[in-house]
Amino acid sequence: MNVNVTINGAETSADIEPRTLLVDFIRTDAGLTGTHIGCDTTSCGACTVLLDGVPVKSCTLFAVQANGRSVQTVEGLKQDGSLHPIQAAFKDSHGLQCGFCTPGMMMVGKALLEENASPSDDDVRWAISGNLCRCTGYMNIVKAIQQAGAMLAES
Amino acid sequence: MYPSAFDYHAPTSLDEALSLLAEHGEDARVLAGGQSLIPMMKLRLAAPAVLVDINDIEGLDTIEEVNGHIHVGALVRHNDIVRSDVISAHNHTMAAAAPWIADPLVRNRGTVCGSIAHVDPEGDWNSVMLAVDAEVIAVSSAGERVIPIDDFIVDFFTNSLQPGEMVKAVLIPKYSGPSGGTYLKMERKIGDYATAAVATHVELGADGTIAKAGIALTAVNNKNTRATAAEAALVGNAPSPELFAEAGELAAAAAQPEDNVRGPADYKRDLVRVFTRRGLAKAIELAS
Repeated sequence: MNVNVTINGAETSADIEPRTLLVDFIRTDAGLTGTHIGCDTTSCGACTVLLDGVPVKSCTLFAVQANGRSVQTVEGLKQDGSLHPIQAAFKDSHGLQCGFCTPGMMMVGKALLEENASPSDDDVRWAISGNLCRCTGYMNIVKAIQQAGAMLAES
Repeated sequence: MYPSAFDYHAPTSLDEALSLLAEHGEDARVLAGGQSLIPMMKLRLAAPAVLVDINDIEGLDTIEEVNGHIHVGALVRHNDIVRSDVISAHNHTMAAAAPWIADPLVRNRGTVCGSIAHVDPEGDWNSVMLAVDAEVIAVSSAGERVIPIDDFIVDFFTNSLQPGEMVKAVLIPKYSGPSGGTYLKMERKIGDYATAAVATHVELGADGTIAKAGIALTAVNNKNTRATAAEAALVGNAPSPELFAEAGELAAAAAQPEDNVRGPADYKRDLVRVFTRRGLAKAIELAS
């Protein structure tokens, strides 16, 4: 069936099978491979995107369910050639090593900061508890999200 | 991983959804949050021929106070419960359980009613619903019926819905007197199923004795289980540490867990004993 999803502000239309997962629609039909497939079993959060602003696991949603709706992926963070504060803070605080979980972590971090501009360590850890990182030990991810909060408050 | 192919319908009215369910009967499944159904379909543990996506139907996503009940519609997400003033004001057990459902991302999508209808013995909501004496509103093209939660939960992944029926809402009683409740859950990590969990709910009479008690167990039987002997031991008695300890022993006796990767059976029974005792003490504190 034909679906039309606004991804990072641009409309992407495709004729797809209803069983097409949103993550594959994003990666294959829209060609945006920043959204990663990790566990593929709703456990790891690597595939996290914002659906109408709300973070969801795009491996556990059919693309048809996003028909007519708005999706934001990691590629949509950058604006006018500059990194979004969440990206700049992950870079500056060394919030990543291999980078596999990073797109999901940043999308969750962005959504958290829109609700809570100055989250505590516990607030951040709670918010990212659906996202697994196997290299950093989370310390610098927490720092990066808090740093992004401070950067957003300044700007 | 890909599910088997299916026909997809996204009706915009309940009537339209119900006629699709009537037409397709057992071949059709309702898609609400999809946080259990889609993983099962991807693992090919479920392969419905038809999905009826109810997400575009207006009016199913509300938490309302109606006729002495709290009405939780079929599209109310777990996170809506976490954020609900109505729930935090009126139902301690639900408020305690909601933040411990799955993980934050799943809570943004998954629904309370979907979890209830899924009848996974490791799911949390059905223990909560047993403890608080909820009722399920089932609807089909033939009309509505109200099913007490004890009758709705039939067995392992089996509810009492008929082909063509879906859960429209769950009804939670609103308590007039002092009440309290808890949900204590052991999980290895956020997002894992419970190793074991216990839901409690108590209502106090005017004389300070326990007028009503609800205790239910997660992940220790082939379905979420009401600890009836423990409930009966509480009713009519004044709350005391000895009474809570006795209820803990009786609740543990109602658990028949299996050894598995989450722990040995004896450990899980012990969790039930301790969670019941501690949960009741906290529930009474909240009610007093």
